[in-house]
Amino acid sequence: MEEFFTMIVLIADATLRVSTPLILAALAGLYAERSGVVDIALEGKLLGAAFAAATVAAVTHSAWLGLAAGITFAVALAMIHAYACVTHKGDQVVSGMAINILVAGLGPTLALAWFRQGGQTPRVEGAARFHPWSWPGAEAVADIPVIGPIYFEIISGHNMFVYIAVLCVPLTAWVIYKTRFGLRLRAVGESPEAVDTAGISVDWMRYQALIVTGILCGIGGTYLSIAQNAGFLRNMSAGQGFIALAALIFGKWRPWPTMFACFLFAFTDAVQTRLQGVDIPGIGIIPVQFIQALPFALTVILLAGFVGKAVAPRASGIPYIKER
Amino acid sequence: MIALAPPTQVPRWVTHVLVPVTNLLVAFVIAGIIIAAIGEDPFKAMKLLVLGAFGASDLIGFTLYYTTNFIFTGLAVAIAFHCGLFNIGGEGQAYVGGLGVGLVGLAFSGWPAPIVILIAIAASMAFGAAWAFIPGYLQAKRGSHVVITTIMFNFIAAAMITYLLVEVLIQPGQQAPQSREFDANAWLPFMHDVLRGIGINMGQSSLNLSFVIALIAAFLVWVFIWHTRWGYEIRTVGANQAAAVYAGISPSRNIILAMLISGGLAGMVGINEIIGVHHRLILDFPAGFGFVGIAVALMGRNHPLGIFFAALLFGMLYQGGSELSFDIPTITRDLVVVIQGLVILFSGAMEHVFRPHIIAAYIRIVGGRAVGAAAE
Amino acid sequence: MTGLETDVATPIAEAPPALELRGIDKWFGPVHANSGVSFAVPRGSIHGIIGENGAGKSTLMSIVYGYYQADAGQILVNGTAVKITGPQNALSHGIGMVHQHFMLVEPFTVLENVILGAETGRILAPSLERARAELERLERDYSLEVNPDATIETLAVGLRQRVEILKALYRGADILILDEPTGVLTPQEVDQLFDILRALRDQGKTVILITHKLREIMALTDNVTVMRQGEVVANVKTAETSREKLAELMVGRSVLLRVEKTVATPGAEVLAVQDLSVRDGQGVRRVKGVSFDVRAGEILGIAGVAGNGQSELLEALAGIRPIESGSIRFKGTEIDATHMRNARQMRELGMGHVPEDRQRMGLVVSFQANESSILGHQDNPKYTGAILMRQSAIVADVAEKMERFDVRPSNPLLRTSAFSGGNQQKIVLVREMDQNPDLLLVGQPTRGVDIGAIEFIHKRLIAMRDQGKAILLVSVELDEILSLSDRIIVMFDGGIVGEVSQAEADERKLGLMMAGERLGAAA
Repeated sequence: MEEFFTMIVLIADATLRVSTPLILAALAGLYAERSGVVDIALEGKLLGAAFAAATVAAVTHSAWLGLAAGITFAVALAMIHAYACVTHKGDQVVSGMAINILVAGLGPTLALAWFRQGGQTPRVEGAARFHPWSWPGAEAVADIPVIGPIYFEIISGHNMFVYIAVLCVPLTAWVIYKTRFGLRLRAVGESPEAVDTAGISVDWMRYQALIVTGILCGIGGTYLSIAQNAGFLRNMSAGQGFIALAALIFGKWRPWPTMFACFLFAFTDAVQTRLQGVDIPGIGIIPVQFIQALPFALTVILLAGFVGKAVAPRASGIPYIKER
Repeated sequence: MIALAPPTQVPRWVTHVLVPVTNLLVAFVIAGIIIAAIGEDPFKAMKLLVLGAFGASDLIGFTLYYTTNFIFTGLAVAIAFHCGLFNIGGEGQAYVGGLGVGLVGLAFSGWPAPIVILIAIAASMAFGAAWAFIPGYLQAKRGSHVVITTIMFNFIAAAMITYLLVEVLIQPGQQAPQSREFDANAWLPFMHDVLRGIGINMGQSSLNLSFVIALIAAFLVWVFIWHTRWGYEIRTVGANQAAAVYAGISPSRNIILAMLISGGLAGMVGINEIIGVHHRLILDFPAGFGFVGIAVALMGRNHPLGIFFAALLFGMLYQGGSELSFDIPTITRDLVVVIQGLVILFSGAMEHVFRPHIIAAYIRIVGGRAVGAAAE
Repeated sequence: MTGLETDVATPIAEAPPALELRGIDKWFGPVHANSGVSFAVPRGSIHGIIGENGAGKSTLMSIVYGYYQADAGQILVNGTAVKITGPQNALSHGIGMVHQHFMLVEPFTVLENVILGAETGRILAPSLERARAELERLERDYSLEVNPDATIETLAVGLRQRVEILKALYRGADILILDEPTGVLTPQEVDQLFDILRALRDQGKTVILITHKLREIMALTDNVTVMRQGEVVANVKTAETSREKLAELMVGRSVLLRVEKTVATPGAEVLAVQDLSVRDGQGVRRVKGVSFDVRAGEILGIAGVAGNGQSELLEALAGIRPIESGSIRFKGTEIDATHMRNARQMRELGMGHVPEDRQRMGLVVSFQANESSILGHQDNPKYTGAILMRQSAIVADVAEKMERFDVRPSNPLLRTSAFSGGNQQKIVLVREMDQNPDLLLVGQPTRGVDIGAIEFIHKRLIAMRDQGKAILLVSVELDEILSLSDRIIVMFDGGIVGEVSQAEADERKLGLMMAGERLGAAA
């Protein structure tokens, strides 16, 4: 029984860690999509921020400067998307694809040129990396049954990014539903004509949304390279940007359900590492690839309308052109 | 795809050739800047690239081998675009198409070669089409966005085929996740062998008969889209759904048809890779070719002839890029990916950025004229 | 200004008119949308502006609320000349617009829609509270009852319109402009709206009502301005005029382009419509139980102001829009909600369709002309073999058609978008007529077409009739209807208000019917 409990705690712990970049990227996508801009370049922004953060951290030996660099680069990528799609009414999907591919190549190219390590950045340690926070008294209570492990493993001992990610969820919910910015943001995504006739600039609202998208992806990507890991590796985002997109759709573009969708997908990943090769009575061994494909298959089933309707913001994907 | 068409008073070559070429040049200039930023000489890099692609017959062979893949995936993306759909699933469709080819290669040992090869070609198309069917059906009947579903299906395909290779099809006694090698009857002949048979000496390369199949496919796609009524219906649905309904053309039927053909074309990458080059089923052979197809289709403006040239360009970039990294170690295949991204950005999302300026410049230099009789 | 009658209702005293226009002029390219428009709207009144399609009413109001800028003329609000630069600016002068197509965010509540763009401060809660209090006050003062917490999605059309009115009032509008507000309302909702408008007037607000419906003018307004072809033709007190007078002014005595034609000799029934009802894309019923028939060798004209159900009727007959209830019998084949036919099948049965909007539906403007010319007939063996299309046969056929119908330039390979409106229309016409249909549906055949082409098209339609074919003509142009039709029915608000033969028809009768009056009904 104790073993089972320990396993649960460890899985929960892993779930939190794995879901951190997902939550940040998914919330980033939420702002963009709610404003009516389709953004499939969450992956590219994560990867790009990871690269920028690791590079600057390695060179300056400061994790905080790395974070600043990660955010800046992700915002820059978001601004390219904004310029192409909002100002020039370009196709939003094509633009997103372009950014993903561009970053996938640019990171290793620059890393190779600057660091000569085959396309990755040097290992970062010490002040150049973000370390887990140990909460007061965590060690002391670790042995107390039930509460101890929960406090020690699940709550304490995470990188600050984990806490930031989780906190961003209620923060986003508050911004979207309780502030003027959030009201206008949602309005732009549903009915840009209504916003336009109310005298608010549709394009500027979308730019602002994409800036937030860049910031959140920047934080998420930084976590990947200089907190969760110790440097940038080619393709290290490994599809997490797309899983985040799937989670956003699964969560029907609302902050809390999106977070739970991220937890769900992260959970399947955490469980799968534990269940590898384990024979489950009645089912047999679940192939690891099945678990890996699960988030994507679930999203398709949802989109097919079998698990309720996933209705995107009405103006999503359509460039706004004033009728004159 | 949105088509903002300002009224043009310039000849078609300006909009159909000059603007795309300009977009391409901008992409290359930025790539050149990046090369300079990492401390290398862009012009030297360019020269090495072209030589590495076309400098010798075996190098040309490799270039054309890549071109073959890009023709297939470019055609796939293009035909979906003609129906107004963005098929990003070329990667997964190519993978599953290759799976089909591999299964045929494994199962049909002992059969005469031409038959096996024909069945393999059919399998590549059928499997690829099957993988595109669900996203197409969901878009047509349920309104599920084909972009998202095809992205998801790419990942599902990767997981599924990895599983098959690791657990089911793996060569017994081996560690590496790949199938056993096919018997010789399932090998598509290499071009250098075929040419030697008629007295032409060509250096050894991966180029095989699938290149010819790709050219035939390009021709057939051209005929299909512009010279058959099914192509007419697909184009009408893509250009104006209201007019399609007016004409009694079913949008949902044509969306599904376009996706099926698109998936089938992408699946044909399997012919090149699986029975043309590797002769066994391996992991990850699509290697990004599906995404290159997007760049190729955009650059080639969804026309088979343009696609051929765009595919050739990217073939040159891939082959030349890999040769380049021998001479300049700091430049690798990743740079080619950067160029790919820039091309998609400027020929796709930002294609209208330079257009008005080019048209204005042309009018200033040459002077505009009214096309057709605007007034009566 | 010809036919100007009496003067504006000037109150005995003092108070300057809430809104006054002097010499407003507006051009859209070669089109003179507003020409020397002048009138005054007294404060605290309901002022009607009536006219047909294309009279210039909507353009004028768009200038007043700042969407367009006038090319010449002055606008005075409360006696002071102002420059209105945009909708927000208009509001600052107290001018608020209630659009025909609502500018509402569906998933939002009423409160949220009202405050959007007029929030006070970054946090929403204070804005929502303030709005709630204000809405309660407005509800009391003007009987504008609506649940502030209901989402727009759940509201009926009449209530949504109230939200639009509330939005304008919340932002301090003293002058409210309503553009064709009753088109989407049920009769009960119309009555409720009228009560609200009267309450607004009684409290000192000024209301301007744009409409083409005489009943509304007579029932609601204090003064009325009649517009025709961009000009003001009358400015009268409602009490001092009548429906007939207004109808005549609306429609005018125009120069008739009568086409030479013999009297029709109608043959067998080709089309019989029985109690047909059709809903539009938003689920609103647009055709409400109409019945009529069309015989071989005659032209039946359907007259009416745009938006009274003619478009939906045409689309249902053509097999493009589903039927809700009722039936259609076409050459003996029964068609109803359970036995529908799509456009392809209707063509096979012998129906041709020249759609109202050629660019949206009748052609593919990005295709070459020859490809647009086979739209709808792409399966014809003349044009296609088993696998390949007969390119050269198509081009030759299209070239011949273009010769015959004098399409200029007669180049089948030219992109459709390069042809002028008149030539595009000819391409559509020759395409549909050449298939030799037994019934030709024609919508707005000469919209955006120059004079020479109009005459050509009219002659062709008459010729087709003379060959014994049936033609159903829908048009908002009275001249065209009067000139071509053998029989005329008038549609208003989804129903048929009356039928007249060509001999009995004139502008006055038709004008009355188009504005909702049945012939012989008490004035």
